[in-house]
Amino acid sequence: MAEPIRIHTPFTEEMSRKLKIGDNVLITGEIIAARDAAHKRMCEALAKGEKLPVDWKNQMVYYLGPTPAKPGDPIGSCGPTTSGRMDAYTPTMLEQGIKGMIGKGSRSKEVVDSMIKNGVTYFAAVGGAAALIAKSVKKYEVLAYPELGPEAVARLTVEDFPCIVVIDCQGNNLYDVNQKKYRTLQGY
Amino acid sequence: MRELDAKQITDAVAQMCKEAAYYLPKDVYEGLKRGRETEKSPVGQAVLDQIIKNAEIARAEDRPYCQDTGMTIVFVEVGQDLHITGGLLEDAINEGIAKGYTEGYLRKSVVAEPLFNRVNTKNNTPGVIYTKIVEGDKLKITIAPKGFGSENKSGVRMLVPADGVEGVKKAVMDIILHASMNPCPPMVVGIGIGGTMDRAALLSKKALTRSIDERNPMPEYAKLEEELLTLINETGIGPQLGGTTSALAVNIEWGPTHIAGLPVAVTICCHAMRHASRVL
Repeated sequence: MAEPIRIHTPFTEEMSRKLKIGDNVLITGEIIAARDAAHKRMCEALAKGEKLPVDWKNQMVYYLGPTPAKPGDPIGSCGPTTSGRMDAYTPTMLEQGIKGMIGKGSRSKEVVDSMIKNGVTYFAAVGGAAALIAKSVKKYEVLAYPELGPEAVARLTVEDFPCIVVIDCQGNNLYDVNQKKYRTLQGY
Repeated sequence: MRELDAKQITDAVAQMCKEAAYYLPKDVYEGLKRGRETEKSPVGQAVLDQIIKNAEIARAEDRPYCQDTGMTIVFVEVGQDLHITGGLLEDAINEGIAKGYTEGYLRKSVVAEPLFNRVNTKNNTPGVIYTKIVEGDKLKITIAPKGFGSENKSGVRMLVPADGVEGVKKAVMDIILHASMNPCPPMVVGIGIGGTMDRAALLSKKALTRSIDERNPMPEYAKLEEELLTLINETGIGPQLGGTTSALAVNIEWGPTHIAGLPVAVTICCHAMRHASRVL
């Protein structure tokens, strides 16, 4: 694996456009956790013309619902959840200024089209590596919807948070490239 | 008749919920290490390194291996000569789940109603409980928390007898290829063949409580397990970002079925194939 690229937030379109698939990245700064229920609420709020509880300009969203923190810890285990469940809401959210998404798994064509249009990069963290990932999180603050428990919108202060570029803002897809490269399956 | 206090069941379930969340079973851990040795993709190797390290941290520090600590599936075998006192069996189990998920700092991931309101029950109850009455005066409990990243990619196909072995392989591979990188591979694949639609699904869940190193005792099914594992590892899915270690094992369970049917259920489990068992 190549040497990691260090990124400090806020994450601008200019920074996003420099990244390509396969880049091994360590993120330091602030990222914002939101998942299914929060996405639904935010999109419903936008449809009603209401203001969102978070300014998403130049932010990175992390698809996450952590376990509760043990006493003395900033956060519990905190690996990525499946990004595809957020696809229905993502084009609307990217119009709010998000430039990076962190999750796991494939995205829809509509999401990739919106990424190309808005200069957005999609990163994967290792699914299930939740106790390891927690080591890079220094602070967890709920910003909105506390009643959603693990699904609340929260700010994570991270140091060298490990992830990899899987879809870049040209729409190149590491999953497709690597899966083809290692596929030897015939007849299915 | 032997008596067992319901409180003992609650305490055992609470303890097992924590153990299952923190400690990846040894067979799965060793399977991941073997996968790391044979993985051909450099990025796949790096992913496996993180997954193995994660298992070690979780075990050493009593932390959940994955933030999705699952919906709690509970298999109970109750000896018919056992008398449970001081409460109902299902209540005792659900109290144990609530206790374990609260005391163990595990994520509460259950909503009371699925479609219209989706309000979190805040203690991970109710569990999905399967009870079987067996011989004897003991109580055996197996806890298998199931994460939904992989559960969402599971499926059932109602084949007909003429589809045969090739039909079963095609049905399984359709489900696996559709699941692709999403269910946190390397996967463990539980397959139920036969029964009715619901029985096949249950068999596919039970298959995941068996060690990944243990093949089906019937040679034809053991061979099918090996063949399917080879095919799945040829897909290129690999450990999430492409590679050759897509699955650690395929476990098949089968049951009698109808003359007109050949149900096939596939439960995909992520690399966090967690479970804990105890006899009371």
